Amino acid sequence: MLNNLNILLPEIFLTLSIFSILMIGVFIQNSFNLIFNLSSLIILLTVAIILNSSNNEEKIFLESFTRDAFSNFFKILILLSSLFVLNSSKNFILDNKIAKFEYPIIILLSILGMFFMVSSNDIILFYLGLELQSLSLYILASIDRDNLRSSESGIKYFVLSALSSGLLLYGCSLLYGFTGSTNFDLISNELSKENTGAVFAMVFILVGLAFKVSAVPFHMWTPDVYEGAPTSITSYFAVVPKVAGLAVLIKFMLIPFSNILAEWQTIIIFISIASMILGAVAAIGQKNIKRLLAYSSIGHIGYALAGVATGVISGYESAVVYIAIYVIMNIGAFSCLYLLKKDGQYKENISDLSGISKKHPILAISFLLILFSLAGIPPLGGFFAKFYVFTAVLEQKMYALAIIGLLTTVISAFYYLKIIKTIYFDDNVISFEPSKNRFAKLSVFISCGILLTFFLYPSILNNLVDTLFLN
Amino acid sequence: MDFPILSTLIFLPLVSSLFIFLSRGQKNNNSSIYISLFSSLATFILSLFVWYSMDYTSPNFQFLEEQSWINDYIKFKLGVDGISILFIVLTTLITPICIISCINSIQDRVKEFLIAILILETFMIGVFCSLDLVVFYLFFEAGLIPMFLIIGVWGGSRRVYSAFKFFLFTLLGSVLMLVAIISIYWITGTTDVTEIYEIKIPKEYQNLLWLAFFSSFAVKTPMWPVHTWLPDAHVEAPTAGSVILAAILLKMAGYGFLRFSLPMFPIASDYFTPLIFTLSIIAIIYTSLVALMQDDMKKLIAYSSVAHMGYVTLGIFTFTKLGIEGSIFQMISHGLISAALFLCVGVVYDRMHSRMISTYGGLVNYLPKYSFLFVVFALAGLGLPGTSGFLGEFLVLTGTFQKNYLVAMLATFGVVLGAAYMLWLTKRVIFGQVKNDQIKNLKDVNKCELLILIILAILVIFFGFYPAPLMETLNVSVDNLINNYEIAIKTN
Repeated sequence: MLNNLNILLPEIFLTLSIFSILMIGVFIQNSFNLIFNLSSLIILLTVAIILNSSNNEEKIFLESFTRDAFSNFFKILILLSSLFVLNSSKNFILDNKIAKFEYPIIILLSILGMFFMVSSNDIILFYLGLELQSLSLYILASIDRDNLRSSESGIKYFVLSALSSGLLLYGCSLLYGFTGSTNFDLISNELSKENTGAVFAMVFILVGLAFKVSAVPFHMWTPDVYEGAPTSITSYFAVVPKVAGLAVLIKFMLIPFSNILAEWQTIIIFISIASMILGAVAAIGQKNIKRLLAYSSIGHIGYALAGVATGVISGYESAVVYIAIYVIMNIGAFSCLYLLKKDGQYKENISDLSGISKKHPILAISFLLILFSLAGIPPLGGFFAKFYVFTAVLEQKMYALAIIGLLTTVISAFYYLKIIKTIYFDDNVISFEPSKNRFAKLSVFISCGILLTFFLYPSILNNLVDTLFLN
Repeated sequence: MDFPILSTLIFLPLVSSLFIFLSRGQKNNNSSIYISLFSSLATFILSLFVWYSMDYTSPNFQFLEEQSWINDYIKFKLGVDGISILFIVLTTLITPICIISCINSIQDRVKEFLIAILILETFMIGVFCSLDLVVFYLFFEAGLIPMFLIIGVWGGSRRVYSAFKFFLFTLLGSVLMLVAIISIYWITGTTDVTEIYEIKIPKEYQNLLWLAFFSSFAVKTPMWPVHTWLPDAHVEAPTAGSVILAAILLKMAGYGFLRFSLPMFPIASDYFTPLIFTLSIIAIIYTSLVALMQDDMKKLIAYSSVAHMGYVTLGIFTFTKLGIEGSIFQMISHGLISAALFLCVGVVYDRMHSRMISTYGGLVNYLPKYSFLFVVFALAGLGLPGTSGFLGEFLVLTGTFQKNYLVAMLATFGVVLGAAYMLWLTKRVIFGQVKNDQIKNLKDVNKCELLILIILAILVIFFGFYPAPLMETLNVSVDNLINNYEIAIKTN
């Protein structure tokens, strides 16, 4: 078994690096910058290690840990998005005096947790990964501990998330009780429609997962946590855990629950429709951009779940493509927020954007592109994401889901347009300080570049994702 | 031909807008204006070349371009036939006219305005060139972004409301079309229009798919009762925006009926003809009456556009050669005339900053050249013989008489109403007593305005007397369209 340890190489490397930089942090004072840069380096090295490893499916530790193309893809997506989120928010972290050396370390720990989530082939390992990720996120939400809102959001997130973890764990134990195994493959063999207890277990597990990806009706924490946490953390919340959560959802449908797909599908269809509708309607009245993006992320998860709800490979593929484009759009949107600095404060109300098109035309046009893309207007990347999802949905003849989904895009277009209206149509002009945050500008540029040129070669992501589901 | 001439046509404005974006911002925006004018004229000449070198005697699509695009199953396919080339030339003609007109009327953020116009031109040409449903949808929807900005940034006082209404109405109509497009893909296995013509969509799906496409085109045409976004959008949009909206964007829907609804769903088109006839008649009569009551010039012309588009939909769904050719001709001629009328309103609006009819009166005493041109276009708008407006309506009505007497009678009544509101408008604005002292200080049209209005006037009168160039281009393609339709109905 030990000669197979190279399968675990990314995780081992990440763990050892986390411990080493933790030591550096403890012994060297004011080491935030050093640790921050080291963390970025670690992320890049981990990416390199994963790219170097083979994509063949291999299992280790009594088949409880899988390494395959699927997990490798998600790990790279998690790492790259974390890299962008982390680096574009560096100036923000320094300005808001939350530059504690633990910050990047905890982010790395949560990444480690997600690694185990996407690679797990066993309920226990999956749960451990999930908890490692969640615990890190609780701390991150309240990292600005002198700030009442931040502490509040941390507590809120902790209480609700602990509850959902409890439900999830209960589901896991039920599953073990009714199938006699914790291994995904063995569970999959044991499960059948007649096994009512297992269907119960499935519902509990689904509740836990829906909470983690903030799908309706388990979304209540999202707006408050997004608004209360510092923007740098919010952007992390909005991007990275969603990727891991969706990967796990797909994985559950692929392996352990593949035999009771029909039961599982009805629930996901409901969750998907509810998320799309709530994400579209509730965002209309929001005045805070972070809160608005929270609702918009709920809506977007709804679209991704619509792809998952099809229950076929092409649907999962479209969901993966969707989440990848969602990540690109959200990194761009949050990086724009890091550029809105005035009088030493970062603005986060929509009204603060009033008329920036006159003073900051480049920022305004980037925001415009990202928002239209979020709304799913062609020819931007967001349109193709929706196109793939609804192509998969309609292939299964789920017309109601497709029509409701597309109608909610019209409603959600309204609030994206409202921001664009504030940027372009309003007369009073606010000017922001010229930002020195080069990395945020770079991420906005990359994000817009990808969204804008996506139509030239729209199948690039699909070709990549196609290879993930070969097994 | 190996050279990708249609792609060049589509992306030339986009590339030049990139140049404008990169050009240094100066106090006077001469360089951006020159770049945009030059590129739009180059596009126009290129489109004329395509028109000239086309083979009218063949009903097939020409200048085909194919590129694998989405996952090898959806192709980026372009091509033109006798119908679409006319709309392409109309688009490339109207764009330089808009650019010239905005030299006077746009003072603020000229560079951005020109970029928006050129990007919009790219999308509009793309709509008329595309031979794949997804490509068509892409261009059709993408046009919303620049138009939304044109109305919202450079529009009048209620611009926000109008821009939102325009965007959301059109988007709402279009999402059902997207569902239909994807469904067609799963039914036929392709989204290539020419292949779908061959495959023929099964009868049981046609009605629903037709309705989904109709929901999009009805909003865009616009047909009664979803026309209400148009007067708002027209009134608030800047002159160039109104011109593009009236001359080209509205034609996308008529073109869509001809290119997609009719040939792809012939049985459903036949089935829903009474619906289209009813809505068209209501549009013609009701909106003409509404136009009579307007006291805002732009609103009046906007409602007259709805009425004129009523003739277009009426003509298309007669399925007769006269009717279809008439409605295409009507679309081209309405493109020229409504563009000219909006430009005329723009000329006095730039001077007086009022669109109200009551502000004016007796313009003929102080602005003779302007008044002459205005009267020419107003007469063309009401369909005076000798102008292109007459031929379009005449052909449509003749086609309708072959099909249904009652509908034709009612539609003819609309012609009278059209004359009423146009003549009354002319009387109140151009003739009559001078009520407003400011009018005495007005300057007549300047060289730019004169140039574009005279070009349009010549075209309107030329095609009124000699429609052959348009008709010859159309002839074979329309024959082919009707043949295929009749075969489909017979085999049903």
